[in-house]
Amino acid sequence: MSNLIKIALAGEGGQGVQAVAEIITEAAHEDGREALYIPNFGVEQRGGVSIAFVQISSDQIRAPKFQKGDIVIALSERAIIRTKQYVDQNTIFVYDKSITNVEYLPQNAKYVLGIPAVEISKTELHPRVFNVVILGAVVKATGVISEQDAKNALEKKLGHKFEQDSNLRELNYKALQRGMELVEKVI
Amino acid sequence: MSVEPKMPKCWRKESKPHKFCPGCGHGLALKALGMAIDELGIQDKVVFGCDIGCSLLAWDFFDVDIVQTHHGRTTPVITGLKRANPDLIGIAYMGDGGGYAIGSQHLVNAATRNEKITAILVNNTNYGMTGGQMAPTTLPNQKTETSPYGRSIEETGYPTQGPEMVAAIARDEAYAARGTVANMRQLKGFFKKALQNQIDGNGFSFVEVLSTCPTNWRTDAKGTWKYLEEEMTKFFKVGEFKTPAAKGEQS
Amino acid sequence: MIKNLLQGEKKVFMTGNEVIAWAAIAAKADIMYGYPITPQNEIMHYWTRMAPKAGKKFLQTEDELSAGFTTIGGVLAGKRAFTGTAGPGNTLMQEPVSMAEMMRLPMVIVIQQRGGPSTATVIYSQQETNLTCYGGNGEGLRVVYSTATHQDLFDYTIKAFNTAWKYRFPTFVLADGYQAKMRESLTMYDPKDRGIDMVPVEPILGKPGVPGIDRSPTHIRNTYNTEEELYDVIMSIAQDYEKFAPEIIEYDEQNINDAEIIIISHGVVSRAAYGAMLELREQGYKVGYFRPITLRPFPAKQLFNRARQAKMLIVVESALGQLAKLVKDAIYGCATPIENLSKPGVGIISEEIVERVKTLLKGGHFNVS
Ligand SMILES: Cc1ncc(C[n+]2csc(CCOP(=O)(O)OP(=O)(O)O)c2C)c(N)n1
Ligand code: SF4
Repeated sequence: MSNLIKIALAGEGGQGVQAVAEIITEAAHEDGREALYIPNFGVEQRGGVSIAFVQISSDQIRAPKFQKGDIVIALSERAIIRTKQYVDQNTIFVYDKSITNVEYLPQNAKYVLGIPAVEISKTELHPRVFNVVILGAVVKATGVISEQDAKNALEKKLGHKFEQDSNLRELNYKALQRGMELVEKVI
Repeated sequence: MSVEPKMPKCWRKESKPHKFCPGCGHGLALKALGMAIDELGIQDKVVFGCDIGCSLLAWDFFDVDIVQTHHGRTTPVITGLKRANPDLIGIAYMGDGGGYAIGSQHLVNAATRNEKITAILVNNTNYGMTGGQMAPTTLPNQKTETSPYGRSIEETGYPTQGPEMVAAIARDEAYAARGTVANMRQLKGFFKKALQNQIDGNGFSFVEVLSTCPTNWRTDAKGTWKYLEEEMTKFFKVGEFKTPAAKGEQS
Repeated sequence: MIKNLLQGEKKVFMTGNEVIAWAAIAAKADIMYGYPITPQNEIMHYWTRMAPKAGKKFLQTEDELSAGFTTIGGVLAGKRAFTGTAGPGNTLMQEPVSMAEMMRLPMVIVIQQRGGPSTATVIYSQQETNLTCYGGNGEGLRVVYSTATHQDLFDYTIKAFNTAWKYRFPTFVLADGYQAKMRESLTMYDPKDRGIDMVPVEPILGKPGVPGIDRSPTHIRNTYNTEEELYDVIMSIAQDYEKFAPEIIEYDEQNINDAEIIIISHGVVSRAAYGAMLELREQGYKVGYFRPITLRPFPAKQLFNRARQAKMLIVVESALGQLAKLVKDAIYGCATPIENLSKPGVGIISEEIVERVKTLLKGGHFNVS
């Protein structure tokens, strides 16, 4: 099972990490691979850290959750604290640079990458496509799905909105592109 | 943090900010209750029971003893406590699912037995904690997760009229009212009367609270208040439905 | 217009709760009764969206006692009726199920296990194993399928209706919060395209004709006057159960012929157990895998025969010894030592099982090559 890739995505409610997980796994499924995605959930409807556990492989996937991720992405300070447990020396840890308190960043990761996704989506794009920037970052960092697969998945999910406003398509593609560049730069 | 809103004295500061969603009415209901407890000076006597539902998020809300029970079972737990130690002041706090669906037999029987406890039921027209399913209080045509095409009156009846029901089945010593988080002063007044009724040993007291659930209603602040004040009050009349025959009020 | 929602084979990617709603449609279920509880809710959510389009019905009840008894009502009327619940709801469900057990009523119940005891977590566990197999004030005369994958959820939900109606025992599909909420792929199909006929249903009460004139009235009860009467009734149900058990029992075993160590697990944990077995094999350990699919009736003889030839058994579960209890009961008289990895309310991954097995071997008290 050497080609198994494990990704944990964590953020605040509303940052859209679950949608990213959904898009990645659906794209991998469409591509004929095995994919498994499970969100965390508890009794509080709002307010907790939202985590998505994603696994993609050519073989059947075993347990739905894992202990250590190949890639762990944390988009808020609380998310960093919450996801540290999924990091070991083989993990690439990605966080958003808008988090100024770096005290909790994991010390044992293979790489720790800070990317300015929040800022870029705010200044260059639109805050709404923040999670698409993250999607781009994941695509680039893991190579689990191709850029084209990601675009197809966006089309599938948002196609009806793109129909109404073709600028939206461009905005989303641009966000994807920027996310990929961000990771490319730091690696 | 900006300015701290003034907290009732019996609120537990260590557990704030509370765990309810932004804009949730539970926090307001518990604020009115906190003020009522403060004003009656009964913090040392109150035992607060919360149900399963979003009310459970209040399990450490007050500086009073608290028990979180099972879904629908807060009324009997508090009943048992009060029967065993009548010096305590028992409050059973629950949602509309907890009180009118799974625990409805307890509400009916506590009312008919005239249990000397105070039951508070938060009506937000849905099952909040489980993600917005239809509740006994869901309004006609209201869309919920289990009435995706709107609540059908033909198939599922009208919203439960709780205080009206309690007023109809309870004895003269009982108290039944419906308040709203849109009128905090009045709500606090209802809570005080309900608790006083218990303190006086009169009998059962019941307050339903019209409340908000922006998360499952999927409303913004404006829409939330509009729903509470305009839609809900069409079916749920605010006011007192039964006030005890004088005993406690003479003094 | 009522649509046939499921046509041909389809590879899909969805959550387990959605799979169950689809499987119930595929099985031609007529009506669902239910009460909200996490992590089961979305079965109802999907069902209430699809059901009207397929001419099917739904009733949200006031609690799980009612959900169970209304399901029984549906069955009595001759419909493929089902319900779904979890945790504290499963506790309440045991009252109606014990009535179904006594009266041989083919109700179908889907359980998405969550943490226990009490309200615990809404997330996951395998702590409803005891309850689902033996809940109620009876003898556990029901069928329990423990699923591991989304394909299982689809296949066994369909099968549950057939088992229930063929043998007339209440039948459970026992899954968990992970299976409920996770997304993975599976193939959906119309059972008849795979040569699976749905066992026909018929009214138990309210058959055509005037009772007493055209037919004798049907009187069914669950209360008996004397000990002897009750004894006869239970023994006849138990006899049927014993008789049908060999047809109902299902299990999966892998790499077991030469296994010195057998990892025993059920449900979603068996995915990790299977991975651990492969990993340990790769490292040269003679490890086998045994997974009961039916927990009731339990594949006792099958496991006994395997266990006898092994040097060590290890029971792996997200509960504190509930599967282990079933295993011990099944292999009574077999001297092979039983070890365990029990994590109540928490998921288990392959690496942990591999480590546990290796630690046990290092401990040296098992003479395993
Ligand atoms: C026996 C049982 N059935 C179902 C549940 C699941 N459950 C938890 S909270 C809840 C309903 C919450 O709704 P409500 O009582 O209206 O309170 P709210 O969350 O809206 O405040 C349900 C059904 C449970 N905990 N126990
Ligand atoms: S889900 Fe609704 S009732 Fe529950 S805390 Fe949130 S807003 Fe309040």
